[in-house]
Amino acid sequence: MDIYLLEAIINGILLGGVLAVLALGLNLIFGVIDVVWIAYADLVMCGMYLIYYLNVELNWPLLLACAVAIAWVAALGVLVHVLIIAPILGSAPINQLLATGGLLFFLQSFATLLFGTDFRNIGVRLPIIELSGIYVSSARLLAFAVAVAGAIALYFFLRRTFVGTAIRAIAQDRDIVGLMGVDQRHIYLVTSAIGGALAGLAACLLILQYDVHPFIGNTFGPLIFMICVLGGLGDMIGGFVAAFVMSQIIAIGGYYFSTELSYVFAFTFFIVLMFVRPRGMFSR
Amino acid sequence: MIAGLAVALLALPNFVAPYFMHLLIQILLWGFVYTSWSIMGRFGFVSLGHGAFMGIGAYVPALLWNYAGLTPWIGIPVGIGFAVLLALIVGYPCFRLKVVGHYFALVTLALSQVVMLSIVAARDVTGGSLGFTPKAVGHSWYALQFPEKVYFYGISLALWFGGLAVWYWIDCGIGREALDAISEDEEAAGSVGINVIREKLRVTLISAALTALGGAIYGQYMMYLNPETVSGIAVSLQIVFAAIVGGTYAAVGPTVGALLTISLNEGLRVAFGTNFIGAANTIYGILLVLFIIFMPRGIVGMIQDAMKGSRRGKAVFYSAIRRPSSADQ
Amino acid sequence: MLSLAAISAGYGSFQVLFDVSLEVPRGEAVGVIGPNGAGKTTLMRVISGLVQRYTGAMRLDGRSIGGLPAHRIVERGIAHVPENRRLFPRLTVEDNLRIGAYLPRARRQCGGQLDRVYKLFPRLKDRREQLAGTLSGGEQQMCAIGRALMSDPKLLLMDEPSAGLAPLVVAQVFDLVHRIRAEGLTVLIVEQNVQQVLDVVDRAYLLEVGRIKLAGTSTELKGNDFIRKSYMGL
Repeated sequence: MDIYLLEAIINGILLGGVLAVLALGLNLIFGVIDVVWIAYADLVMCGMYLIYYLNVELNWPLLLACAVAIAWVAALGVLVHVLIIAPILGSAPINQLLATGGLLFFLQSFATLLFGTDFRNIGVRLPIIELSGIYVSSARLLAFAVAVAGAIALYFFLRRTFVGTAIRAIAQDRDIVGLMGVDQRHIYLVTSAIGGALAGLAACLLILQYDVHPFIGNTFGPLIFMICVLGGLGDMIGGFVAAFVMSQIIAIGGYYFSTELSYVFAFTFFIVLMFVRPRGMFSR
Repeated sequence: MIAGLAVALLALPNFVAPYFMHLLIQILLWGFVYTSWSIMGRFGFVSLGHGAFMGIGAYVPALLWNYAGLTPWIGIPVGIGFAVLLALIVGYPCFRLKVVGHYFALVTLALSQVVMLSIVAARDVTGGSLGFTPKAVGHSWYALQFPEKVYFYGISLALWFGGLAVWYWIDCGIGREALDAISEDEEAAGSVGINVIREKLRVTLISAALTALGGAIYGQYMMYLNPETVSGIAVSLQIVFAAIVGGTYAAVGPTVGALLTISLNEGLRVAFGTNFIGAANTIYGILLVLFIIFMPRGIVGMIQDAMKGSRRGKAVFYSAIRRPSSADQ
Repeated sequence: MLSLAAISAGYGSFQVLFDVSLEVPRGEAVGVIGPNGAGKTTLMRVISGLVQRYTGAMRLDGRSIGGLPAHRIVERGIAHVPENRRLFPRLTVEDNLRIGAYLPRARRQCGGQLDRVYKLFPRLKDRREQLAGTLSGGEQQMCAIGRALMSDPKLLLMDEPSAGLAPLVVAQVFDLVHRIRAEGLTVLIVEQNVQQVLDVVDRAYLLEVGRIKLAGTSTELKGNDFIRKSYMGL
């Protein structure tokens, strides 16, 4: 096999890791609260900017900046729920979607106000590793490892803890969880915080590899949505797998053509799958 | 009253400075685009991807003009054709397979982004993010280019009226009840014999076609196209924002939304210059959230509700703005 | 232990219960019988907090519980086994049981409670890793009851436990009620199966069209002509 193709495939897998984390977050929130945060990718952008600001402007150590960013985006997640979602939980779901659309506008333009439209970079240059002729960015490798670790941690949280089990339960039958002593609103807040934290984690991983600018959310946001719909909205495992499928399409498509065209392929694949499996690849 | 308004609008160019003409044309064109969206949006078929249709509608005639010398009189219908085709390709499976609500919104969102990315990807042809300028030939009906604003004022006015006419045509047509039924309960509607797919597709294709037309004329007027301004998420959301804030339940609602967005843009530009790029959208964002929470029926809807209290106001206002229907709350 | 006084409730503008009053003395089993649509399930939901009453007072051991949300009422010691079981279908049997012990005070004793439930329902122990949605009707009912018991309640509300179950299984379920009572639990059962429930409760109320029509000990009601004719086909 062509070594550059292999390289592209591996890079695709590594990229898939971060996308998978975001898909998990979005699916978690949708599965529990039944709402899609259109502005999810922009929360990641907020995290990236915070890391940039703390690390580059204030000279904080990178790891600390990342930790703070995760907490910060988790808090943002809670704010989004409390200020935007909770007041309209009763109205049509499309309203909640649109309200987060307003948030998207707001976040992107506010970031433009604060930072301008330039691309910002934290200037971290991690070495490129060579593995038998294949060149892989260690930043990517690290991001992948952390993403998988995050996913595993989430898995155990959901499987083993009481709150995690309550989260899984509420996604299956919202109305009667109260009978088990579960406070619905509390679970919503926890879920929003976790969703935010996952976005914060993704921010840490992305800032290592990419520049941040106010509209970076538009580059991977729609991709994440496609991934989630492909895997079945709310299906955590489906989204996880779909993330890798899509990232492979993009990596291989990008290898043979251009990055933008690879997105077109991904979308075409997505539409075709809509014909075949409208509820997601793994719908029962 | 409508006749009086029409006369006033037609006579306007004689009294108004070019700068205000420019604003007016923008309001009319964007109002037309927003109205086109709301033709399907008002029934709950919320598309977050109309930027795709606008972009296609704008770029296709411009590309054909520059590269093939093809007159926009043919180029525009071709562009509309492409937009409609795309709407069909994406819409049919969605409707056939009951992709609705969230799913539909996300699919359309991805669509608009992909169209924008395609435009950028084909940068050798389209100029990518740097934008595209149609070859200027001065005053020409063949090229549909008119340096004097009056002509485009007339065109956009006609378009705007046309959009309202289509809105009313759907509002008063037999299809209207079917669409209301579908938006309330798709399955129930299907079970009473309504051809859900056909109705949804019909209104979607009309909406896509009109949006593409709006994009085309916008491109011809501005004589400059940029993927960010005529396609992509931002435009799609802007369309939704304006339509909702203005109010989708009344024909002029989206136009009120256009009034708001254009004035806001201009106001901010005049007040702050380029110091605060992004200020307008920041405010849009906050407003959209606030409107969804507190005034989901939009400005016009709110006025309508307020008017319901006053009988005289009701008679005058309603007859001018919309025809009451059984869907009135 | 539980007392309802003049409870009126419904869903929005649709009123279901009119001026309902009843008492459940400690350690007893009380039944509420009546036809479909009488409001029995609504009554359960009002007591457990899933539905808020319009007016009226509810007290548990003298303390008012009116107006409390469901998760608070569980804290006070009332557990509700919902109509149609309502297990979490894609959680395992054990996860369904464990979530029943979500309350902070119950979590600490989760292990002990789990043992207790498995002793009561050995079949559940065999199927502990199975997804709850794949259980048979009878097993689901056992799981639902077990889940309610995990919070170590003082009062157990059971909504139509025999619904949709084969007669043999129904007998098992009512036998279960006996065993639970033997452990000292107070029980309020809502049932359509009048014959079986009157055999297992100490007293009962007849709820028709949202109002209490008759009340008395189970012996009294078993002998009552109206009940015999209308509900027992005799």
